[in-house]
Amino acid sequence: MAAPTMDRSSAAAPASPVQTLTISKALNMGLRAAMEANPKVIMMGEDIGKLGGVFRITDGLQKDFGEQRVLDTPLAESGIIGTAVGLAIRGYRPVCEIQFDGFIFPGFDQIVSQVAKLHYRTQGKIKLPIVIRVPFGGGIGAVEHHSESPESYFAHTAGLKVVSCSNPADAYWMIQQAIDSDDPVLFFEPKRRYYEKGEVDTTTQPGKLFESRVLRSGTDATLVAYGPMVRTSLDAANAAAEDGTSLEVIDLRTLSPLDLAPVYDSVRRTGRLIVVSEAPSESSIASEIAAKVQQECFYSLQAPVLRVTGFDTPYPPSKLEEEFLPDLDRVLHAVDRSLAW
Amino acid sequence: MSSPEQWTHPEPDAAPAATAAKPTAEQVIAGLRATDEGGADLVQLLTPEGERVQHPDFDIDITAEELRGLYRDMVLIRRVDREANALQRKGQLGIWVPLLGQEAAQIGAGRAMRQTDMAFPSYREHGIAWTRGINPTELLGIFRGTDQGTWDPVEKRFHPYTIVIGNQVLNAAGYAMGQKFDGKVGDDEGEATMCFFGDGATSQGDVHEGFVWAAVYDAPLVFFCQNNQWAISEPTERQSRLPLYQRARGYGFPGIRVDGNDVLATLAVTKWALDECRHGNGPILIEAFTYRMDAHTTSDDPTRYRLSDELEMWKLKDPIERVKVYLVRQQWADSEFFESVEADADKLGEELREFCTNMPDPPAERIFSNVYAEASPVLDAQRDEFLDYVSGFAGGEH
Repeated sequence: MAAPTMDRSSAAAPASPVQTLTISKALNMGLRAAMEANPKVIMMGEDIGKLGGVFRITDGLQKDFGEQRVLDTPLAESGIIGTAVGLAIRGYRPVCEIQFDGFIFPGFDQIVSQVAKLHYRTQGKIKLPIVIRVPFGGGIGAVEHHSESPESYFAHTAGLKVVSCSNPADAYWMIQQAIDSDDPVLFFEPKRRYYEKGEVDTTTQPGKLFESRVLRSGTDATLVAYGPMVRTSLDAANAAAEDGTSLEVIDLRTLSPLDLAPVYDSVRRTGRLIVVSEAPSESSIASEIAAKVQQECFYSLQAPVLRVTGFDTPYPPSKLEEEFLPDLDRVLHAVDRSLAW
Repeated sequence: MSSPEQWTHPEPDAAPAATAAKPTAEQVIAGLRATDEGGADLVQLLTPEGERVQHPDFDIDITAEELRGLYRDMVLIRRVDREANALQRKGQLGIWVPLLGQEAAQIGAGRAMRQTDMAFPSYREHGIAWTRGINPTELLGIFRGTDQGTWDPVEKRFHPYTIVIGNQVLNAAGYAMGQKFDGKVGDDEGEATMCFFGDGATSQGDVHEGFVWAAVYDAPLVFFCQNNQWAISEPTERQSRLPLYQRARGYGFPGIRVDGNDVLATLAVTKWALDECRHGNGPILIEAFTYRMDAHTTSDDPTRYRLSDELEMWKLKDPIERVKVYLVRQQWADSEFFESVEADADKLGEELREFCTNMPDPPAERIFSNVYAEASPVLDAQRDEFLDYVSGFAGGEH
């Protein structure tokens, strides 16, 4: 099936092309635009229909597109992913919602064994344009299994693509681009940032899906982050600027494939890199970036690549999550250590 | 392998096979014996002795030509299976997954399907593949290690072999949901999907979820469970207290147990089930009660976990021999026919051997091809670096 065009100017149809939206509303509008553009786009998940999802990301979609395009599925994640595979083979473009990060594991088998490998197994005779949306990360005071950052498992799996948005404009566009992709995409949404606002131009795509982006230029050190940690890193850069330290901030946006050219370029100028992520650091996205940067920028580095991440523990009880999660002070502490090297 | 005639016409004094049908309590407890009787609910139209019998709910009108066709299918696919098994023993295949004994279950089910129906196999479905028009040579690469299945699943309406137990049941449920969403269900022209799995798979969560999904979405899906009594070394008793077909009731759809060694009964029940599905009355579970006559794979050693007299007992229920007996008794086939089928089998076996021994190894760049649908500069670079490294060895030896 041919990917639909990206001209969604008539689909969104707001009075002004530039609106101030939350990430949550931007995702909702992006999903709506994708459904309007292509009748084969369907939504699948638990409580996404009548309720509109526990985070209301699919609010109103079942009402407008019907129960056959927005499916309140039985309560089983392997079932959601496994049936999405069959629907994709049949020509649909399923968008699956996993209610919380920690609930993706019952679907892990289908994702790794079928979603990731069917294109390779059939040498392209089967394409699986499936998007798996995952609200991820902590900071919302939740019980166990509701605050995890499992993205590395999927970035480690060949055949999958993994992205994460950090702001409303990207939320609106990246979800549509992910749905247009002929490859399966894990789409990680920063749940604690759902209600942060920003300007969204619904007529102009800000860029391609699998590209990282420099959000703030700087000269002394480079911060790389994705998802919820982009806001933390920008705040850290603002605070550092008050002390006269100039930090460059790069939003990774795509975790698989990695787009590290802007990172290499930045590190060659600043000589210092700090990777910020909520996920535990062992064998993580942050580790991969550290390895690749030392390989590509060995002679430019003025200090070892540092990682500011969650600890190598299960996610703790929520009264401890402020200590667990990287925050502005931990990022700045790492910047200080890098600069003092 | 002894002659099939011996199985259906045992010597009057050959008591062991008859008494073998009754396991001792100790054998059952030790897991050394699978369930060996189909029970009163077994749908059968042709007995192991080749007698045509009536069933109150299922019947089939079959012509001589059609039955000769089913016989030919079964003989040919058995030959494919035996040739491939031998090719593994000669080192031409890394492994083979024998279907010996399950010919009627697969040919009956496969021939019940229409071209517009879709099939999702496990990895022992060589007979289903045959009925979908897939050349048996296309199965070899999977087991030789040259590819992972080369047929076009969309064109043939036959999904790739699925090796992770039970995964394909959910994929089939999704596909069948799509048939319904597309408006292709509801009349005699409707489409349906068949999903194949074994007795062991029924313990998998994906099979349970597939039952749930298909039921709540009224999907046109026939769940076709080949209960061959053994999941490698574990008898069906290790998977279920209940006869497997009875599980369907808990999900709210019909479950039928058919004699999986009876090609007529399997064909009749599967046709009925597919028709129900295409009219919108799916899903349906069929348990084809059969027996894995050979090992789980060529790497397996069944003598470690099952009794040989059980095998002798099942030889008496051979799926091919009963059809041969019936064809002869009805005077629907003569020796010329049986000789021509044997000749076809010989030719097919030779083609298979010839093809297999000449299969080239794939080129190194195949490692990197088609990981993604879209371009992957990262993998392109990895491939180029590796090929460059390989080419550095003089004479291409590495």
